[in-house]
Amino acid sequence: MNFLPLWRYQNQLIDGAIVTLELTVISALAGLVIGIAGAVALKGRITPLRWLVRGYIELFRNTPSLIQIFIVFFVLPSFGLKLPAFEAACVALSLYFGAYSVEIIRAGLDSIPRSQIEAGQCLGLSGWQVFRHIILPPALRNAYPAVTSQFVLLLLGTSLASQVATDELFHVAGFIESRTYRSFEVYAVICAVYFAMAMSFKALFAIISLAAFRWPRRR
Amino acid sequence: MRSFSLIDFVSLFTALRWTVALVVLALLFGAPLALGLAMGRISRFAGLRWTMAALIQVIQSVPLLGLLFFFYFGMPVFLGIQVPALVAVTVAYTLYTAAFLGEIWRGGLEAVKQAQWEAGACLGLSAWQQFRHIIAPQALRLSLPPTVGFLVQLIKGTSLASILGFVELARAGQVVSAATFQPLLTYALVAAIYFALCLPLTLWSRSLEARLDGSR
Repeated sequence: MNFLPLWRYQNQLIDGAIVTLELTVISALAGLVIGIAGAVALKGRITPLRWLVRGYIELFRNTPSLIQIFIVFFVLPSFGLKLPAFEAACVALSLYFGAYSVEIIRAGLDSIPRSQIEAGQCLGLSGWQVFRHIILPPALRNAYPAVTSQFVLLLLGTSLASQVATDELFHVAGFIESRTYRSFEVYAVICAVYFAMAMSFKALFAIISLAAFRWPRRR
Repeated sequence: MRSFSLIDFVSLFTALRWTVALVVLALLFGAPLALGLAMGRISRFAGLRWTMAALIQVIQSVPLLGLLFFFYFGMPVFLGIQVPALVAVTVAYTLYTAAFLGEIWRGGLEAVKQAQWEAGACLGLSAWQQFRHIIAPQALRLSLPPTVGFLVQLIKGTSLASILGFVELARAGQVVSAATFQPLLTYALVAAIYFALCLPLTLWSRSLEARLDGSR
């Protein structure tokens, strides 16, 4: 075991970690937008749209992320949509994250008892005020743990983008391995970097949760 | 280049048995380990609780792909001998399964009220009897839906073994796609097979959740 030959590749590792973070944040934001839009559609009255969203959720939650990335990268070009590796990975991961987000956000909205909404209406609040002050804060708190743990899973899942040659952390690992032939050491270091990133995000989310959701829980 | 024919169809379905084999191996070794982790997590001994929590935290904070590579290249380093790829892959999937199932089952065990243990103790049952006859059946009921849900994650996760060159469904798809130049047809078929495996489990998990609703 010899970790020394890896030392000079620290710049590549940092660059790879940055691409991983970009991939994660872009996919998470796009996925959340999909999630909110999907949850609104599921709550809406347009039946075909509801079916469409349901179909999308089941399709993306019941097939491997790896195959989804392959399909976006290898299959879409035959329909004239040729995306570079990073963009293709972003699209596939956003759709994957989005499918989980729809369910999480819908569950968050559903967790507010009907009677609370009616209480707000009785106080003479407008539809927007009811949403903003009565539904949104507790719904956010209820959805928050699921969204953040899904975010960490997304961070770890971006490693699959290496399979279509996106220059993220896991791809960098392959590069360093090919230069140093220190396979085990390389992947041990890569695992440690992912671990550090995942733990940092978990700590950050815990702090945000403490600061943002201070009002007491109903007992 | 050749066209997509029956033989490609057959090769996808024969590769499916490796997907199934990986899932079975992961559950076979992972489930007992998960039970150990879950019981360690609710143990009286703080040291044991912390160790198990740390172990689970580490495994859950590393990509599955990273675990696979770590053990694939690491087993010879740890053991000093070459091991078959299947052994390394099984170790990685076992730990992955144990960490996630362990947390799910711990949640189930903790959801059963403390008073139930005490009631068992009052009846003169030993700690093991309390666990076996009072706590475990109720915890099982509570944790069955997420356990089935995890099974879907595991099936999808076996596709990563393709990256180590394991010829399971995803890898067979790559091979067929490269041979026939028909990525659309091949990957659609591969996705459809995964979908056909996972959707029934997802639906089952959801109906269990509705049926065994803990808040009723």
